[in-house]
Amino acid sequence: MAAPKGANVGSRNSSTGSKSKESGDGGWFVTLAIAVSLLKCLLLPTYHSTDFEVHRNWLAITHSLPVSKWYYEATSEWTLDYPPFFAWFEHLLAKVAQYVDPEMLKVENLNYASQETVLFQRLSVIITDILFIYAASQCCKCVNGRKDRRDLIQKPAFVLAVLLLWNFGLLIVDHIHFQYNGFLSGIMLLSIARLYQKRVMESAFLFAVLLNFKHIYLYIAPAYGMYMLRSYCFTGNNPDGSVRWRSFSCLRLLSLGLTVCSVFALSFGPFVYLGQLPQVLSRLFPFKRGLCHAYWAPNFWALYNMVDKALSIIGVKLQLLDPATIRTGTMTRGLVQEFEHSVLPSVTPMATLVCTLVSILPSVLRLWRKPQGPTGFLRCLILCALGSFMFGWHVHEKAILLAILPLSILSVTSAKDAGIFLVLATTGHFSLFPLLFTAPELPIKVLLMLIFTVFSVSALRAMFQRERALLSWVETLYLCGLVPLGAFCEVVYPLTSWHQQLPFVPLLLSSGYCALGVTYSWARLYISALSDLPSAKQKKNQ
Amino acid sequence: METCSLAALAVLLALYVRWTVSLGPYSGAHKPPMFGDYEAQRHWQEITFSLPVKQWYFNSTDNNLQYWGLDYPPLTAYHSFLCGQIAHLLNPDWVALNASRGYESLQHKLFMRATVLVADLIIYIPAVIVYCFCMREIPSKKKISSLCCILLYPGLILIDYGHFQYNSVSLGFALWGVIALSFEWHLLGSFVFCFALNYKQMELYHSLPFFCYLLGRCLKGGITGRGLFLLFKIGVTVIASFALCWIPFLTETEQILQVLRRLFPVGRGLFEDKVANIWCSLSAIFKVKKMLSSESQLYLSFLCTLLSVLPSCIKLTMQPSVRRFKFALVNCALSFFLYSFQVHEKSILLVSLPVSLIINDAPLISTWFLLVSTFSMLPLLLKDGLLMAYIITTLVFLLVSKSLLPAPENMSEESINLKPFCISVRRYLPWFRLPGYLIKLSFCTSLMGMAALTLASAVLVPPPRLPDLFPVLVSSFSCVHFLAFLFYFNIIYFWDNFNDKSKKKL
Repeated sequence: MAAPKGANVGSRNSSTGSKSKESGDGGWFVTLAIAVSLLKCLLLPTYHSTDFEVHRNWLAITHSLPVSKWYYEATSEWTLDYPPFFAWFEHLLAKVAQYVDPEMLKVENLNYASQETVLFQRLSVIITDILFIYAASQCCKCVNGRKDRRDLIQKPAFVLAVLLLWNFGLLIVDHIHFQYNGFLSGIMLLSIARLYQKRVMESAFLFAVLLNFKHIYLYIAPAYGMYMLRSYCFTGNNPDGSVRWRSFSCLRLLSLGLTVCSVFALSFGPFVYLGQLPQVLSRLFPFKRGLCHAYWAPNFWALYNMVDKALSIIGVKLQLLDPATIRTGTMTRGLVQEFEHSVLPSVTPMATLVCTLVSILPSVLRLWRKPQGPTGFLRCLILCALGSFMFGWHVHEKAILLAILPLSILSVTSAKDAGIFLVLATTGHFSLFPLLFTAPELPIKVLLMLIFTVFSVSALRAMFQRERALLSWVETLYLCGLVPLGAFCEVVYPLTSWHQQLPFVPLLLSSGYCALGVTYSWARLYISALSDLPSAKQKKNQ
Repeated sequence: METCSLAALAVLLALYVRWTVSLGPYSGAHKPPMFGDYEAQRHWQEITFSLPVKQWYFNSTDNNLQYWGLDYPPLTAYHSFLCGQIAHLLNPDWVALNASRGYESLQHKLFMRATVLVADLIIYIPAVIVYCFCMREIPSKKKISSLCCILLYPGLILIDYGHFQYNSVSLGFALWGVIALSFEWHLLGSFVFCFALNYKQMELYHSLPFFCYLLGRCLKGGITGRGLFLLFKIGVTVIASFALCWIPFLTETEQILQVLRRLFPVGRGLFEDKVANIWCSLSAIFKVKKMLSSESQLYLSFLCTLLSVLPSCIKLTMQPSVRRFKFALVNCALSFFLYSFQVHEKSILLVSLPVSLIINDAPLISTWFLLVSTFSMLPLLLKDGLLMAYIITTLVFLLVSKSLLPAPENMSEESINLKPFCISVRRYLPWFRLPGYLIKLSFCTSLMGMAALTLASAVLVPPPRLPDLFPVLVSSFSCVHFLAFLFYFNIIYFWDNFNDKSKKKL
């Protein structure tokens, strides 16, 4: 909430002196961060998902077992499947946890959730978010280049700070559903900010650390690799912007490689030494899961599945298909775990991998041919995240945050990106709604979503009021369509009698509808990245 | 950014805080046999749903008045009736006569919390929005900040959404009354205020300023001419609105008398629990309740209250103005809270409402008062298990008001409205200067004190000889503050000339 608050902080600052205004993130950032943290604390008593038990179990495993057993332990079904740094992180947390409630650190105490445990785990998320807050402050400094005398709430730094700190997805996924995405995203944002600040080595180090916390960030590794190679290892360009091969610096490549490799060695070294690497890797990459996660993420495969379903229904209606031969999937159950395609060819993990790589490739090549500084890198990173979200295997709907958070940075720098951001953030966040399905949390998710959306739309619109409209009428109409869709899925449908027989319909509808928006913004982002940007203007902005 | 979206954000944020607080425990949760205010409200739904109107206020086999008998005016009863109807539709067990006593379930809690939210959304929140946006000659940013602060006031949120009551309804009606009066819609104002009175008899705390302001307006219009006519119209409106609220009970005198007996239980003593008023604080050293007969207690408290409110009321009647009216509301409500008979700790909310209305006129003192008022309810909140919610909402409020409201940087006499007072003091004591740093210092000390006492009440175990040590400390601490605030507000009231024309006007 920041917004009204900021309004006055601004007016106060201007009256008492522009000390904090000059530095870009002065008093208002701290105030905002404390306020947001306090508001997060209000979510302490809310519902938490099985992920809460997952992390409690990991606390117990890393605390009570020797390292050699971490990746073998399987008392609980929620086995450790994050890279070693995250295990060490849990190990450290457990050091504190033992003073709070030692019972939570016993591996056999399945589904243990005493009040102290809940308090401890929830607070650990809020406290580790300090890293995220710091990263956000660094990002705000990167966009605050222009000297403008605008009101605080129209400053890019302020808008970005709210967009990041009050990110709806992080709030509900971390502080209600329960996960530690906050500080992980913090590391990612910090490494992006370091690239903006030309501290490339630090950035590479941070990203390597990040990869060893959660391997989902591998999706954006191509952008890092390419950017480091092209803009750091090659120190010069030809006048036409193409790479000057002579300028290659082996020293830089070596030092980069050394940094990254030593981080990996630190993380995986012990397991290599123990001869457990295959076991660790098999835990990290479980390809046994289905194409789509329990709730379909709004990506290409959701659309693919829906087309398949539609075709099979039409086929049966037109008697082109024999109902007996159609493999009916497990779709009629509440959770769509595995889905058998009846008309279209079934999708293999390999196929998704190829699709993902193909979708990422043009953006990475573009980064090679026209690096365009950190902005170009950021664009490529977002495209990598979105590409893997669109075509990846067993994608979680939460993975959309990987694209939304970096896109927030771009959104405050250009009107075009702001428009894309609004579509992507709104649809992406809306698709997170099924994560929280309990009645008391319904008002919370709606309110949080409204706060974020109202703020992002009105703040970005006010920021770019001199330029063209951010959203075309089709986009506006599409986004407004989310309101009736949400009302139908969350309120109307559960009251009808179909809810018992066909509980998956709301999920299907919302992921299908959101998939359109995500695909659309992905395509638009791709087009704007590949078409020639007025780079002169971009440079001025930085 | 447009004012409109900022206001929407403020309201959404306030709703978010309200709903998250409501996820916490309520008063008397899982505490048989009597439970708490939550059960009282549920029980009223059960009674009003199952019994005919004539029996609502009477003791009978189906309506044991000893068990949370209905002791609020008819509008509360109708509200309970309405909620009872909906509850019956959703789940008949919730309001089954006698069988539903002490009913608790997650669904039911959700339902009850939702009724509070709906009432708040219909009555209180729109009133605050209208109030804040009708303040003329104030920049829109200031409107937003006062909207934000008033809506985030933790006391009301904690009592309504945590402890469980419907204070926002009666306070909302009273606020609509203030709004109507400031638009000079005198009839509408008195009509709406009658609703407030008929929802909760505690609104009597606000009734004197309403009466005096309207009377003053009539006197200004000329007691023989238009003023008399206005007085007549207002009188008819008040009687008509009361009659409207009391229709089902007007058939027999016994009904009316019984309702009144239920509303004003004089036999319940000077104060209950630990209240931050003068009597309770005095009894720490001087056992008022034992030393004086209950009749003389009644007279004593009546006399003190009267003496305390009379000056404000007379001045308001002589020179009625909207700004003065708001300050008179503060003075009277605070006097009633401090001196009157049978005061609950929650009654401080009746003072907080008018104080939050002057948050733009006296930002520092209002914020301070609102913080202390929330703090004064700490023993109650601790009993309900709302410590966490109390700490968080208070810190949020402190943070928001600190960054939104214009902080008087140098504590000049002007900035805390004491200039006229200081000028008149200087006539006698020419060396007199208001020590600005002292006020800032005492504000900080007071905050520290509240923090320390909160910590102590939450963590420390009182010595066995003094089991009530911390509640008494909390209430005495708050009482000292309230006396100081009463003094301060009275000074402003009598020295400020409240010129409606030159100053900002609602």
